[in-house]
Amino acid sequence: MDIFLQQLVNGLTIGSLYALVALGYTMVYGVMKLINFAHGDLVALSAFVGLTVYTQIFGEGVSSLIAIIVVFVFTAAIIAFVGVLLERLAYRPLRTAPRLSAVVSALGAGLVIQNTIMLMWGPNMKIFPSNLFPQTLWDFGGVVMTFTQVMILGLSSVLMVALFLFINKTKMGTAIRATAIDQDAAKLMGINVNRIIMVIFIIGSALGAVAGLFIGIYYRGITFDMGWLYGLNAFVAAIMGGIGNIPGAMLGGLMLGLFNAMITGYISTQWAETFTFILLIVILIFRPTGILGEKVAEKV
Amino acid sequence: MSKKLLQVQDLHVSYGAIDAIKGVDLYVNEGEVVTILGANGAGKTTTLRTISGLLKSKGGSIFFDNQDITSTSAHEIVAMGMSHSPEGRRVFATLSVEENLMMGAYTLKKYDKKTLEWIYEILPRLQERKQQLAGTLSGGEQQMLAIGRAIMSKPKLLILDEPSLGLAPVLIKVIFKAIKQISQAGVTVLLVEQNAKAALKLANRGYVLELGKITHEGSSEDLLNSEVIQEAYLGKKK
Repeated sequence: MDIFLQQLVNGLTIGSLYALVALGYTMVYGVMKLINFAHGDLVALSAFVGLTVYTQIFGEGVSSLIAIIVVFVFTAAIIAFVGVLLERLAYRPLRTAPRLSAVVSALGAGLVIQNTIMLMWGPNMKIFPSNLFPQTLWDFGGVVMTFTQVMILGLSSVLMVALFLFINKTKMGTAIRATAIDQDAAKLMGINVNRIIMVIFIIGSALGAVAGLFIGIYYRGITFDMGWLYGLNAFVAAIMGGIGNIPGAMLGGLMLGLFNAMITGYISTQWAETFTFILLIVILIFRPTGILGEKVAEKV
Repeated sequence: MSKKLLQVQDLHVSYGAIDAIKGVDLYVNEGEVVTILGANGAGKTTTLRTISGLLKSKGGSIFFDNQDITSTSAHEIVAMGMSHSPEGRRVFATLSVEENLMMGAYTLKKYDKKTLEWIYEILPRLQERKQQLAGTLSGGEQQMLAIGRAIMSKPKLLILDEPSLGLAPVLIKVIFKAIKQISQAGVTVLLVEQNAKAALKLANRGYVLELGKITHEGSSEDLLNSEVIQEAYLGKKK
């Protein structure tokens, strides 16, 4: 039972990170019908940028609320800017090209970001300082929760609720949904589709940036090519939940995190990836559009 | 002389190597209802999509409200006061009726309450169903929504592409009545229709488009009485 509860906590933590990253994939797919394969590398870039921001501005060993806020806000802003740049340079020129061209461009952009990280920070693993977050632990009768885990769960939940409200309750959010349904009709409403796409990239990249920072803080070791691993897992999560569907990405991320943690806890770490993809195949066989699928209006 | 709200001169549009529109000239005066008639594939929808900025023209010019909009993008044209209700209705299926209407008012800082009330008055079915997802509406209701959505931006010119397409006769009557009320409220209307008789009854003037060219034009009365038009579009034999 202890293993189960402990893995539940661990699974929800990593699941929240997958969910944050999966939102970036699913929002871009929803509006552009494009898999932004460079998204995972943006997540990795965020961990490195965050590390530099932290050590350059505050110096290692400083831990304060101000430092945490500055590192998160500053890094998220930089990654959002890179995301917008990515769309301008790699995707917009191919907007009307066949989808395959855009996918190849996305893969290429991912390699460019990955290699840029390697050239700027070196090919070796970098270690995130352990003291940005306090090293507090809570022990609930054998189940341990760290301050970092609480922060990951708390901030991810806040961000996801905020995103959900933004998409469903605001004028801009409604315009994003309208653009995802029918771009030409959206233009005829006076919606500037380029601006909507920019907003999507800002939000998606910033959420990915938060995930990237948490990955650095939680796992400590960061490598230039780790974006591939986290990106792929989050991509799987987005597909499981139903790509293009925002609550689906949240659900898919949490489910995948839990599933991974249980396999790790009860079978072995080595098998986790294998089972992830078996799960994906099973879901796609029985629910080809994902668990929540694309929302379809049914006649009543 | 009344003001020309829309003027299209020598418009050319092509899809790749295929010329769809080969030199169309037309104008719409302020306050008028003008209809474009023509068979499938004549280029009616292409003409409208080019006017509202969804397609790029290959040649010619489009003036709206004394401004050259030939290469203006679609969303800016809406903000200038032109609204286009597209062929096939194109309502946002997974948005509610009310959200669809709000999207119609996207270019306004805040939607206009009076306009919304007026839409509910001339198309009461929309008010009954305002919480429903647009995709769950019947074809006729979706058409009502498409028209209501298009006038939420308070346009000077309303462009309607085949509003009666695929609708039952009783619903066509409702739609045409609403268009008449919109026109009477001072909105200029450019209407593309296959239902030539109903369109000409409503319109002041009409154009006939054949294979990308205007072949006839004139007052609705003249067109209704023209033998060529009667034979080709009104189903009367000589």
